[in-house]
Amino acid sequence: MSTHTGGTPEPYGRPGAPPPPPEPPPQPLRESVNYLNVSYGVKSWLLTTDHKRIALLYLASITVMFAIGGVFATLIRLELITPQGDMVQSETYNKLFTMHGVVMVFFFLIPSIPATLGNFLIPIMIGAKDLAFPRINLLSWYIYMLGASFTMYAMVTGGVDTGWTFYVPYSTHYSNTHVIATGLGIFITGFSSILTGLNFIVTTHKMRAPGLTWSRLPLFVWAHYATSLIMILGTPVIAVTILMVALERGLHLGIFDPALGGDPILFQHLFWFYSHPAVYIMILPAMGVISELVQGMSRKRVFGYNFIAVSSLAIAILGFLVWGHHMFVSGQSTYAGLVFSGLSYLVAIPSAIKVFNWTATLYKASISLDTPMLYAIGFIGLFTIGGLTGLFLAALGLNVHVTDTYFVVAHFHYIMVGGAIMGYLGGLHYWWPKISGRLYPEGWGRVAAIIIFVGFNLTFFPQFILGYLGMPRRYHYYPEEFQILHVMSSAGASILAVGYLLPLAYLAWSMRYGRRAGPNPWDARGLEWEIASPPPTENFLVQPVVTDKTYEYGAEEDAAIV
Amino acid sequence: MPEHAQAGHAGAAPAHDHVVPVSTYVMVFLALMVGTGLTVAASYVDLGIWNTPVAMLIAVTKACLVVLFFMHLKYSPKLLWVWVGAAIFFLAQLIVGVGADYLARVFLNLGNPGT
Amino acid sequence: MSSLSETAHGPGAHPPVLRHHFESLLNQKESSLLGMWVFIAQEILFFGGMLTAYTIYRNLYYEGFAAGSHHLDVTLGTVNTAVLICSSLTMALGVHAAALGKRKMTVLFLLLTIALGSVFLGIKVVEYADKFHHHLVPGPGFSAESLRDAHGQPVLDGSDTARHAQMFFALYFSLTGLHALHMIIGIPIIAWMARAASQGRFGPVYYTPVEITGLYWHFVDIVWIFLFPLLYLIPHHA
Repeated sequence: MSTHTGGTPEPYGRPGAPPPPPEPPPQPLRESVNYLNVSYGVKSWLLTTDHKRIALLYLASITVMFAIGGVFATLIRLELITPQGDMVQSETYNKLFTMHGVVMVFFFLIPSIPATLGNFLIPIMIGAKDLAFPRINLLSWYIYMLGASFTMYAMVTGGVDTGWTFYVPYSTHYSNTHVIATGLGIFITGFSSILTGLNFIVTTHKMRAPGLTWSRLPLFVWAHYATSLIMILGTPVIAVTILMVALERGLHLGIFDPALGGDPILFQHLFWFYSHPAVYIMILPAMGVISELVQGMSRKRVFGYNFIAVSSLAIAILGFLVWGHHMFVSGQSTYAGLVFSGLSYLVAIPSAIKVFNWTATLYKASISLDTPMLYAIGFIGLFTIGGLTGLFLAALGLNVHVTDTYFVVAHFHYIMVGGAIMGYLGGLHYWWPKISGRLYPEGWGRVAAIIIFVGFNLTFFPQFILGYLGMPRRYHYYPEEFQILHVMSSAGASILAVGYLLPLAYLAWSMRYGRRAGPNPWDARGLEWEIASPPPTENFLVQPVVTDKTYEYGAEEDAAIV
Repeated sequence: MPEHAQAGHAGAAPAHDHVVPVSTYVMVFLALMVGTGLTVAASYVDLGIWNTPVAMLIAVTKACLVVLFFMHLKYSPKLLWVWVGAAIFFLAQLIVGVGADYLARVFLNLGNPGT
Repeated sequence: MSSLSETAHGPGAHPPVLRHHFESLLNQKESSLLGMWVFIAQEILFFGGMLTAYTIYRNLYYEGFAAGSHHLDVTLGTVNTAVLICSSLTMALGVHAAALGKRKMTVLFLLLTIALGSVFLGIKVVEYADKFHHHLVPGPGFSAESLRDAHGQPVLDGSDTARHAQMFFALYFSLTGLHALHMIIGIPIIAWMARAASQGRFGPVYYTPVEITGLYWHFVDIVWIFLFPLLYLIPHHA
């Protein structure tokens, strides 16, 4: 960043020297050349291989998809205000909750943090110029857009009504909706996910700066590495499963057809083998964000770094062993259910370890209650509730009572919305100065965070009670006595919507009118805070060499830039 | 790792690259052909329940030969071995996990809900 | 193009194939290889999902599967297996030639690989045509008449064995179709490599694209090494 200094250059002041040139008019404060202004024009964005620009391309896309999923959620909550199914027909309602699930899971939550914050930050956090395969990174965005287009096409031409879980034989035989088109969209987007994971894995192995050993990696990078493991090993299974559904529906290759001896439970096994680890794809990056927020906003080294790093891997691996807990009442063997139940309790342990460690980090730290910290605290509380209710669901006996009720809906929304989305928003705010070079208005940030927290709890806490009392999920008419809870939930949803619209507004506003940010507005530790905001295209002008532990809030600097 | 200078080594592979001799490839090829013949022959012999395990054993051996020699895994860093192992491990876990449900539910008729 | 370069290049500063975000050619090569192996790991799970379905149903419905498998032409299958193994050899020799900078040999072996792969696909077309001819394609037109059970008797349409044989063929077409699709994708890629090789792009310093193409092709070969006994060689139990 340079400023123009006035003053007469020396050679012109001597007697007999030529007259000094006229003073140039005073220049405004000039921006340095950074990744945003290094080139302009649509082509420079659509053909970019800069991981930071690709992150912004993803940011735009997933924001649109979130809005679309939110529209479906709005329609659902509007319908559920009254006990009668009076706003839409049952078939339409089936399509609403299906599309809400498909869009939110596959097109928002799974890519959200990895494709935006992960893409942007991982090379910077490890001291690299870019990801290992920048062109594949761009390709993965185009593949995502292609998959989204297929699904959008399916939506506008009639939608899908199978539920986001596509259970057979309804999806293969009896549904009259665009199953294949939607499935194809998900299949294609799955490859976007796989390529992102592949890029992250190779980058983390091969592109770390000198001195950056695995034990010095930021926890954000550990979290994304674990996420990438799941992306690589899990996504292909759902891809091939959706392919088999499409083959059965389109070409009569009846792999799940009971008439040929096919077993619908086999579909569920294959579907959930990915879709359970998928929920860890959705939450692990958010946990990585929270680790960073907690240390950055409380200016204290994360408690139990090793435990948090290893617990990310443990969640990724154990997460592959518990898929049957979605199938307790499906007809699978009760002995299988027993094993899955036990393993599900086991997988809660690494998550709990993280929560304990974050809390311990906050203890006796100098906490600043700025927006990112509000989201982090909200995450810790809401994720804990969501996680604990997961244990309720993992208990076989209790599961039979609450399965397919709003209890399940509340459980996963606490984790996905109260957890993952708050992590996403917290991270977005925390790194916004780095990404945009501007500060967002802190007052509005706090207000929005609180509105979101209040709106969220009002929306989803009543759903625990609804579910326990017996309100089934995916129904749009219900007994009168449930109405008060549904009204509370819908009221909460309207507040939540306002809360989500606020950041959209003020973050966009800040890109033009926000105060310019310095390299390290939070005075946090990490390689990303050593470079300019926004960073130059190649991130580092000189190759950094890491000599200290991560999150070193001692007297010395964390990383010495050589 | 330091970059090896290429000057003066024209035509030769860099020192860190192990170039597998052609003879190795041909031997592996012959072994694969023999394995193919074996697996066909074994299928015509009634080994009872051992037919499938024998066929799979031959297939796994052939696959190992391809992976180790044609795909150079034998000369590759440990990290790649870990990745191959991880993929196989998770695939095995998929088959075993799903299979266990069928073993209990269908073959052993154990733990069927309602019974 | 990437806007990563701010510093000007002196002549011979680094080989032009080195991309700027890598610190060295070695780093770039190791990254590319790791990337392809990670992709192959993903492919293992991809085929694995279908193979899981196959494993479950084969154990549940052995007679039907055996009846279906018995109809497949073992000779054609064996020939195809041999053809694919040959193509693996030629592919490996192509990578070998590229590593030694032997331009003509590289192109020759890659073209041979394409030829052998095409022979494989041609034989598959013949086999598929036979299934169509015998009404063994799953769907409304499926008939088990041309199948024989363990005792050599024709399988009766509507029997359990017939239904399960149809399941076998559903998996047969899905598995071999998916495998063939991978070959159809691989052949143009090998052709692209052959063209680049003919332009002298590969040598001891840089032959990574050929190597990772080879990895892909060998993986496709390995899938067939498993599919062949699983589909073609299910023995009837007496």
